[in-house]
Amino acid sequence: MNFLTNVILAGLFQAAVLFLVAAGLQLIFGVQRIINLACGSVYALGAYFGITFTTWAMSQGLPPYLFPLALLAGGLIIGLVGIPMERVLRLIYRRPESFQLVLTFALVLMIQDIIRFFWGADPKQLGSLAMIYGSVKLFGVTMPVYNVMVIVLAIIVAAGMAYFLGRTATGKILRATAENHETSAAMGINVSKVFLLVFTLGTALGTVGGALVIPTGVASLEMGVELIVKAFAVVVIGGLGSMKGAAVGAVIVGLLSTLAVFTYPEVDTLAIYVIVIGMLIWKPSGLYGRIAT
Amino acid sequence: MMSRILLVVCLAALAAAPLVLPAYFLTVLIPFFAYSIILLGFNLLFGYGGQLSFGHAMFVAAGAYAAAASYSILGIASFEIMLAVAIVAALCLSIPLALVASRFTGIFFGVLTLSFGMLLHSILFKFYHLTGGESGMRVPRPTLLGMELDMYNKTGFLTGPFYYYCLILLVVLGYIMWRLVRSPYGLHLTASRDNPVKALYLGVRVRWVRTVAFIVSAVYGAIGGVMLGVLTGLADPELSYWTHSGHLVFMTILGGYQQFLGPAVGSLVMILVQDQLMAETQYWRFFVGLALALIVIALPGGILGGLRRLKLKKEGKAHADARQRRPARSTA
Repeated sequence: MNFLTNVILAGLFQAAVLFLVAAGLQLIFGVQRIINLACGSVYALGAYFGITFTTWAMSQGLPPYLFPLALLAGGLIIGLVGIPMERVLRLIYRRPESFQLVLTFALVLMIQDIIRFFWGADPKQLGSLAMIYGSVKLFGVTMPVYNVMVIVLAIIVAAGMAYFLGRTATGKILRATAENHETSAAMGINVSKVFLLVFTLGTALGTVGGALVIPTGVASLEMGVELIVKAFAVVVIGGLGSMKGAAVGAVIVGLLSTLAVFTYPEVDTLAIYVIVIGMLIWKPSGLYGRIAT
Repeated sequence: MMSRILLVVCLAALAAAPLVLPAYFLTVLIPFFAYSIILLGFNLLFGYGGQLSFGHAMFVAAGAYAAAASYSILGIASFEIMLAVAIVAALCLSIPLALVASRFTGIFFGVLTLSFGMLLHSILFKFYHLTGGESGMRVPRPTLLGMELDMYNKTGFLTGPFYYYCLILLVVLGYIMWRLVRSPYGLHLTASRDNPVKALYLGVRVRWVRTVAFIVSAVYGAIGGVMLGVLTGLADPELSYWTHSGHLVFMTILGGYQQFLGPAVGSLVMILVQDQLMAETQYWRFFVGLALALIVIALPGGILGGLRRLKLKKEGKAHADARQRRPARSTA
């Protein structure tokens, strides 16, 4: 029983981070129809910048117990790189989707070296800040409080996104644009502004995800390209373009991957991708996707 | 006619290269042969078929591992047997995948192939008792046509007999591919790319045509993979990583996916530039990425596409663009 709770709690933490990145991916795909391969790279960028920003904030006298706020702020600030990225992508909105995919791959290569330039090739760490809150015993399993906070935050973001997309005027505009770019433009929606907003928001979700994961691990140059593999699995299982899909997919992938790590570490990626391929073959639109092939 | 003469001159230059160029440049040219073969196959799928695969590197890895396995399991170090094993491996891997993947186009095809590629990568990476895991598997120095060629040292072997063997293989496989894309099959493939519905109504078996393209490109990938394996002496799981697939896409677009020889030009330029950049700076990925971004934005036809446009402009017959045998418009 303990084992199962352990898997579930650790899996949910992974799912929380995965959800943030996948939500960014889904938002951008849902509205702009672009698969953003660079979503993993901005996640790595968020992690590195989060470390630097938090270290700086603490040297400015930020009390250690407020460090998650610094991480959050750092993630949001670096999320602004979405603006120049969108400016570049804008140049090829009218091209075939494969070319947009290739351009985001170019961004992956560039961002990896930009990180190498500023932070070096060695993995970076934030130290043991995460343990400042101690641990909590949940259902007979001890877990760092910080992890619980991240899970809660991801749930808040999920609820916030649902509210934003479903209930607000801006959300309605976003959904309308996703439905049909031309008609929305004809209705007086500034589509290029919407694209800028969506891409920046999607990027910020990724950078915040990266910043939040860092107290529990290390930031490395490969973390971006490695994460994409899982984020892709999430969106395929959940259904391309669906927020609900991102949440459910993240939970499935997070739990499955943790279960694999606890039992047979060899099949970690393997198990996930068997499900992904099964999904693509039998239900390519995913659990909640509406886009058929 | 001009381009044909140019091609013959280039091939002659490559054939004469071992007589004049230092060994270092020759070891840079062998990956060019290997990648040219891989990309000629890849472009059948991408350029002619309009299917962008983001997992094509899995077949390169399959080729390299097949070469390693034919030594470690069968105990044979003959290059011909390695190629045969690699082709069989590529067929075993690609036929079931092709049957599934040919149902998809666009983004879904890309994601599906990426998934398969990562599946293979995680198998190669994690099952170390079978595949050597992170450190990969050793590929021995093979015999060529049954000859031991003991008189050569390692560099001598690679820059001598192996160089010519690869060059001849490239010419033969290139010729086969040329005939293939000019055949009725090639027309069916481009028709399926440009307008699948219309092609279907005209009697083109679109799915079948795509399946064949996938399998042929897989075989070409595996053959190139064997060469890379022999060259580095190693079958490495990173060969199957998705970023390697991305580099294959990059080289194809760099050279120009709308021209038959575009991928070969792309691989040559990429290998030479990467070789220089890696010596100059550790940030070569940045410049490669920048180049890729610039090409995608400003020069979508790649190097050959750009040259072609320049030539057409010079001759003052830009309207001939419309009569290009392969239309610039693509649903790729």
